[in-house]
Amino acid sequence: MNRALYTRRRVRNTIFLTLSVAAAVFGIAWLALILYSLVTQGIQALSLNVFTEMTPAQGSSGGLSNAIAGSLIMSTLAVIIGTPIGIFGGTYLAEYGRHSGLSVIVRFINDILLSAPSILIGLFVYQIAVAPMHGFSAWAGVLALSVIVIPVVVRTTENMLLLVPNTLREAAAALGTPRSHVIRTVTWRAARAGIVTGVLLAVARISGETAPLLFTALGNLGWSNDTLSIGKNLSISYPAMDAPMASLPKVIFDFAGSADDGLHKLAWTGALIITFAVLTLSIVARVFESQREL
Amino acid sequence: MYGCNPMVNMDLSETVAATSRDATLRRFTLGDRRFRLMTQLAAFLVVAIFAGIIVTLYIGAAPAIKAFGWDFLVTSTWNPVTEKFGAFPLIYGTLVTSALAMIVAVPVGIGIAIFLTELCPRQLKRPIGIAVELLAGIPSIIYGIWGFFIFAPFFQSTVEPWLISIFANIPVLEDMFAGPPYGIGIFTAALILSIMILPFISAVTRDVFATVPPILKEAAYGLGCTTWEVMWRIVLPYSRSGVVGGAMLALGRALGETMAVTFVVGNAHHINMSLLAPGTTISAAIANEFSEALGELYIPSLIYAGLILFFITFLVLAAAQLMLRSLDRRSGGGSK
Repeated sequence: MNRALYTRRRVRNTIFLTLSVAAAVFGIAWLALILYSLVTQGIQALSLNVFTEMTPAQGSSGGLSNAIAGSLIMSTLAVIIGTPIGIFGGTYLAEYGRHSGLSVIVRFINDILLSAPSILIGLFVYQIAVAPMHGFSAWAGVLALSVIVIPVVVRTTENMLLLVPNTLREAAAALGTPRSHVIRTVTWRAARAGIVTGVLLAVARISGETAPLLFTALGNLGWSNDTLSIGKNLSISYPAMDAPMASLPKVIFDFAGSADDGLHKLAWTGALIITFAVLTLSIVARVFESQREL
Repeated sequence: MYGCNPMVNMDLSETVAATSRDATLRRFTLGDRRFRLMTQLAAFLVVAIFAGIIVTLYIGAAPAIKAFGWDFLVTSTWNPVTEKFGAFPLIYGTLVTSALAMIVAVPVGIGIAIFLTELCPRQLKRPIGIAVELLAGIPSIIYGIWGFFIFAPFFQSTVEPWLISIFANIPVLEDMFAGPPYGIGIFTAALILSIMILPFISAVTRDVFATVPPILKEAAYGLGCTTWEVMWRIVLPYSRSGVVGGAMLALGRALGETMAVTFVVGNAHHINMSLLAPGTTISAAIANEFSEALGELYIPSLIYAGLILFFITFLVLAAAQLMLRSLDRRSGGGSK
């Protein structure tokens, strides 16, 4: 009788462990399949022209240069705006308000914003920046992306600052260093690698975001420039931030939905570029994190 | 600093030292206060953004709320010409795609986590773990384009005819898997969603499993438990709230997911008993129709739907957080 029980337990163990191996194989196979088709489809239209020519209209050929530039510009500006706010916010949570009532609320809301549907952030920015100005603009896209950056940076900054041992803060304070100096010269410096990781993760996150750009930056088949004249003969042209701007994810969305095979190929190439960029950023972020000297 | 003053100048240097110390102190206090205020403002901005989202969505939706009221939630008409809108098919599509995605992704995700923590050969543990985490960061538009060009055609030609034929004479299932194979539809969208949230669920679950004290597992193994019994009776009960919390975080993502779904859901504003038929979700409807919406009530109706989505995801994400927090507290992770 005991032997029967023993056999039953062993059989059940084997069945469930096999199922879990099968789950792993099943899951990893899908993901491998996606990466495989991404590479094989994306490489077809990959050439130098992709980086030098503008996005084409249906039926003609071209590249993705304006979309790549638009994505770079908007992501960079969003990070420049979002990072300081995120770092300051995370610093408040970890240094000043570790146990205050405001922190409990901020922490809760920040974690909700972290996974809130990004399309709603697009709607929010549409309401505050597009509808009142009667026009889509690159600035609105930047705003939407920086709203996505802030919670990511707040969360990692807080986590990283909490890893800094209190003895470091106490030692600095015992020397008579003011609190803000302790934070800037001791804790920020100790947590630097971790904070950089957070920023890189935020960049990875926004470089693929499509939904918040749909009705903020809209898209642009070409490139809008503003010109700044200095004196009579010299003028500098720079990207117009108050006009719609193309972005890589939005172009992928539009081209994939078109009926043109050439555009489909470009959409795949764009997808390959984004995935490559995101994976590179995440790997660099991991390397940074592993170098944390704590 | 002040120690080497000659006696004669004692009076003078003491005043100088005192005033400069006062000045420095004042400067430090002021700088301290300014710095603290800045961090406080940044923290407050997070709350302000959250409140701003609710308020602007409400203001944007106000005309539709006034026109349709609560009926919006249960009506199925969606007619831009007569300006009659009801979001029931959108809400239905959102809930059904997410629920189906969870049914597929949660067991498989937990299976992967069990594989990673207990069964995986040591040399493969790190590479597979890292691969899973990296895949969790791939943007959703990639899943969308893959689903649209590769998965949906395959599904249409192979899996759907097969599903339709095997369920053909079974009472309820017959209706759930009925009709012509479109390729795109609620079921396809749910499968793409499940593939998308799979790495996320596995990564969170694996981290949660890692919080189980090894001594508990060792004790159970010492009593002669099988690996499965250790997972089912020790690890899962111990980390239950974390696993549920992680799954709910994934559910929050699935509910609001836009790009992966928009490509493959079909964008049809009606409810069909068949899961293979095209449908739509709140986020897909907003993504598809917003920039072309005209008229007094079209945009407000889409924003109203967005407000409903915000409310649903808020509840799910808040519950997820409470679960994950309680785990944190119990495992003594005093860091949060």
